[in-house]
Formats: sequence, C-alpha cells, structure tokens
Amino acid sequence: MGLNSILFYFFAALAVGSAILMVTRRNVVHGAVYLITTLLATAGVFLLLQAEFLFITQVILYVGGIMVLFVFVIMLVNLDVSLLQYQFNRQRFVGGVLALALAAQLFIVIKMGKTSLFPQARVPEVLPKNTEAVADALFGRFMLPFEIASILLLVAMIGAVVMAKRRV
Amino acid sequence: MSHLLSPSIMRLVLPVIYAVVIVAVLPLLAGYIVLVERKVMADMQARLGPMRVGPHGLLQPIADAVKLLLKEDIIPDKADRLLFWLAPLVSVTMALLAYAALPIGPAFQIADLNIGLLFILAVSSLGIYGIVLGGWASNSHYSLLGALRSAAQLVSYETAAGLGLISALLLAGSLSMKDIVIAQYDQGIWFIFYVPIGFFIYMVGSIAETNRAPFDLPEAESELVAGYMTEYSGFRWSLYFLAEYANMIIVAGIATTLFLGGWLRPFASSHTALPGTSIELLDALPSLLVLGVALYCFYLAPRQPVKIQKLVMAMAGGLCLIIAGVLVGALFASPAVLQGIHGAFWFLAKVFAYIYFFLWFRFTFPRYRFDQLMRLGWRFLIPLALVNLIATATALLATREWGGSLFFYTVLADVVTLAVAMFLAKNDEVDSVVPVADGE
Amino acid sequence: MVPVDHYLWLSLALFTIGVIGVLTRRNVIIILMSIELILNAVNINLVAFSHMFGGVDGQVFAIFIITDAAAEAAVGLGIILAFFRNRETLLADEMDMLKW
Repeated sequence: MGLNSILFYFFAALAVGSAILMVTRRNVVHGAVYLITTLLATAGVFLLLQAEFLFITQVILYVGGIMVLFVFVIMLVNLDVSLLQYQFNRQRFVGGVLALALAAQLFIVIKMGKTSLFPQARVPEVLPKNTEAVADALFGRFMLPFEIASILLLVAMIGAVVMAKRRV
Repeated sequence: MSHLLSPSIMRLVLPVIYAVVIVAVLPLLAGYIVLVERKVMADMQARLGPMRVGPHGLLQPIADAVKLLLKEDIIPDKADRLLFWLAPLVSVTMALLAYAALPIGPAFQIADLNIGLLFILAVSSLGIYGIVLGGWASNSHYSLLGALRSAAQLVSYETAAGLGLISALLLAGSLSMKDIVIAQYDQGIWFIFYVPIGFFIYMVGSIAETNRAPFDLPEAESELVAGYMTEYSGFRWSLYFLAEYANMIIVAGIATTLFLGGWLRPFASSHTALPGTSIELLDALPSLLVLGVALYCFYLAPRQPVKIQKLVMAMAGGLCLIIAGVLVGALFASPAVLQGIHGAFWFLAKVFAYIYFFLWFRFTFPRYRFDQLMRLGWRFLIPLALVNLIATATALLATREWGGSLFFYTVLADVVTLAVAMFLAKNDEVDSVVPVADGE
Repeated sequence: MVPVDHYLWLSLALFTIGVIGVLTRRNVIIILMSIELILNAVNINLVAFSHMFGGVDGQVFAIFIITDAAAEAAVGLGIILAFFRNRETLLADEMDMLKW
C-alpha cells in the first residue's frame, strides 16, 4: 500500500463524498463549494496518474475559471425563497431508477472488460516531461482540433456576452 | 550537513523545515511591511508616521497583532456560518501555499515542481474564492458588491499578468522556477532587458491582482467601507490581511524570478576577480552595501533625540555589522554556501525593491473608477500583452532562423509593441472621459 | 499500485451521481453543475486509460473536454441569466412556457 494508493483512495473518497453532498444541498452556494472540492479531488487524481499539465489545467481553468463564473451567476440570481421550496422534482423516482439502470449497465461493461485491462506495465521508467509531451501532441497531431476548439471558445464568448446583455 | 542524513530523509525533512521557517516568518514579515508602508507613506507626506509604540514605531506591528487577537469575534446574524468561517481560511491557505514553488536561493526551495510557475498562478486564482465567498457569507450589500467587483478585477488582470509572464517564459523555455533563473544565468542577462514591456504588463497586472492602489476600489474606505472585509473583525480580519500582504510578496517573488534574475547577482555570468584574490568583485558588493548601512546607523545613533532611540539605532547598526560579517564570511566558504547566502540576499533585495514600487505607487496615483479599471484591463492591457507575446515569439524565431543577437530582435519587437501601445492608448482616450450611461 | 479498474469505478460513481443530479433536481444551476460533474467523470476515465497506454492522447482529449465544458458553462449561464431576468425563476419545473 504505497503512498500513491493511499492518496488515490483518499481523493476518490473525497470526490465521491463531495459529489453526493453537492447533489443534495438545498443552498446552491454550498453546492458550488462542494463541486469545487470534487474538482480539486479530481485534479489530485490526475496528478497521481502523472498527468501534471492536466492537473494544473484543471485547477486554473475549471476551478479558477468555470466555477468562479458559476459562483458569480449564483450570487447575481440569488433568491431567498428558493431555500423554502422542494428540491427534487416530481419525476425523481423514475429518474433515480433510470440513473441506477444506466449505472448497472456500465458496471456490467467494466466487470466484463476488466480482464483485458493490463497493469501499468507499459509505462516507461523515465517519463518524458509531461508538459512538453502534451505540447508536442497538441501542436502536432491535434492541431486541427486545437484550432477548432479556439473557434468554439470565440463563439462561446460572443454568445455569452450577447446572452447577458440587458438590451440586444 | 547533507552527508549526515540519508537522502530520502533529506528529501522529506528539508522541505518541511523550509516550510516551517516560511510560515513562521511570514506573519512577522507582513506586519513589518505594513510598518514600512506607513513610514514610507509618512515620508512622502512630509510627516513622521508611527513613533509612539516602541522607538520609531518598531513595536507597532506587535501591538496591532495583539489588539487583533484580543478583539471580540463578531459574526453577523444572518451570515452563512460555514462560508463565513471558510473564506478567510481559503484566502490565507492559498496565499501561503504559493510559497512552496518560490525559489529564494538555489537550494532554498520547498518543491522544485516541473510546472512551478503554473502552480503559483493556479493557487493565486484559487485565492479569489476567499474574497468571493467572504463577501457572500457576510450577508451585507457592501460586502457582496465589494467582493464581486474585486473578483471581476482579479480575474481580468490575472489574464493580463499571465500573458505578460508568458513572454518571459518563452525566453526561459521551462515552467520550473529554478530552470527559469538558471536560463537567465546561461543567457547572461536578466529577462527584463529582453521584454521590458512584458515586465510592465506584469507589474500593472500584479498591482491589480493584490488589490493595491491605484486599483484598490474594492477595499477603499471611502467607497465601500471595506468591501468584502467589512463584516470581518479580529482574528478573521487579520487572516485576510495576512493573505493580502503574503500575496504581495509572492507576486514580487514571481517578478523577481522571471524578470529580475531571481537569486543571481547583477552580471552573474561574468567573473572579474579582485586583484590578488579569487573573490569576485561583484560578490563583495552585498557586504559593502550592508557595511555602508551599518555605518549610517552608527552615524545617526548619537544624533537621536531620545535615549532609547539612540540605543535602538546602535543595535540596528550592530545587526547590520553582523549581517555584513556573515556575507563576508560566506565569501570564503564553499561555493554552495556562498551561492545560498548571497542568493538569499539578492533575492530579498529585489523583492523589497519591487514592493517599494508598490508602496510608491499607492501614494502617487489617484484611484481608478471601476469601469475605468475594467476598460484598462480588457481594452489596453490584454491586447498589448498579446501583441507583446507575438512580437517576442517572432523575435525568438528570427534569432533561430537568421542568427544574430536576440537582443537586437527583441529591441525591434519592443519598438513595435510600443507603437501598438500608443495606438491603443490614443484610441481609449476618447470614451474614458465621460462614462456612457447604459442603454436601459 | 492502483489497478486501472479502480479509476473506472471512481469514474462510474461520479458519472452516476451526476446523472442523478441532472434527472432529479429542480434548480437549473444544480443541473448545470451536475453536467460538469459528468464531464469530469469522463475526464478521469480518459486520463486513466492514457496512463495505462503510456501516451498523452487521453490527456489531450481531456484538455479539449475542459475547453468545451468552459464554453458550455459560459453560454448556459448566460441563458440562465437571460431567462431569470424575464421570469424570475430558476426552477426547471416552472420553465414551461412552450408547453401546450
């Protein structure tokens, strides 16, 4: 049970626990804080998988950007009355059953495919520097998706600005 | 000492010792930076500043700390308890966490991460939550408005500052903070001379990042009481306060590492020895400087009006003599010790010079209005930073393709960027005079 | 050494919680946050496989997913803001103006 395993189980428990808390909170701001915890735990899992660039990207973009946006919007549309209403909608039982059915299907798929997963035997002894490797891939083989992603972001920026204006 | 313990213990114990040293020294340092700020402010306003508590006000931070710790802990009635408790904690934790990747000397770094620079940036962007959640949890209008404005300002200027940093990063070729300083040693020149505009952008961005004047609208007393800190008192407020000054030091540390050569002395790669010895000329500079300060203290000591002030001035002179002695002694020790001690001296000197600029700007420039602030960030700094980035990258490419000195190409790039800056500034002047009413 | 399927179980757990959040909550912002949770579960999956195969392709794809999530969150929150200005409600049940 190396340090790696202990940290992974810790982060996994933290992620799942915070996720459950997020989905069940009545107060939306608390839910956002728990989502932040989940995202940070996920970033920790990325770091344990030796994906250091993705770890830092997750923290800067997801936690430091997207969640700040969420928290801003939550504070702007604050409704005190929302704390007194029903949290879960009318189709919660059907929804829950469907979600569990989906989970059961995925569970069976993972169980069946488990034997074809091999342990980390293919990881080389000295890893190439992760940031350099990601940059090589991103600006080499994945150049076209990269450019398309930047156009997507441009479109999203324009869309968000137009959506949030008071008068178009 | 490294031969005494096994390598694995050294790998774990040494960072812990460094971390404890930093966490212990930082609150004291932040308190004394406040005292320095008040003294500098007083000097610029032709008065004396705190003089009562201790000789020349030297015990003022201690008195302030004791007062804050003994104050009553007030929580507003409808405040959100979980977030009210959590917010200052997040602020201070993120501010202190960033010190893990800061290289104070070649061996004085808690963790030499491969992605050190990005780590500090990420941790700074997490610090925004301390402000936003604190403003929300206080359940008060001033707090919420101050928090939202402050967070919006931080997010905008963080982008600009990051882009300014990248132009220096291009020259370094690595994200590890230690490698960036070593790259400056290898290239023989501090990066500020290659990308002065990048340094300027980073400086403006960092002033806005730390909510310092002239960008301190969210926490100015005449505007929003104290912004997001309004409802906090006593120890919780001191946590926010510590976070703000720790942030200032971190931001100065990043600027020093990336632009000003980190722990390197001026002209680090050129070696001109003193005649007859193997000691380098410029290595003797720190000891001479500190010796000069010590002599100045001894000169001032008999001229103080009050006896306790004479004593304290003489003690300060003695302290400076001891430091000068340590610096001189390091000259004759092994190169590692020399680099360590002199490196720490140069790093701290540069950090304090940068912070002095922060203090200077605070008492020189009037405050920006919030819409002017956002306009400056989005419509001047970010386009300028992008142009600077492209120009620097082009200069690097030109050096690689056609040979020639990088300095020449970066000068060209800087001229082009300056031209674009003039154009941007001229364009902005038109509509920043009268605020246009929203088309409601 | 953590076996690869443990990462898949973690991903499955987060995915299920996200789907339950989307299907059962009324508050639109919580629904959006559950969607972000689903995207994160997928990211863990991708990075685990990238680690197993030793390449960085999974991580690059995960970067694209984060980018996409940012775009989607921005536009989604813009829509929620615009809707809130019109109808003063944040509950999915009450956003039924297009129903017969």
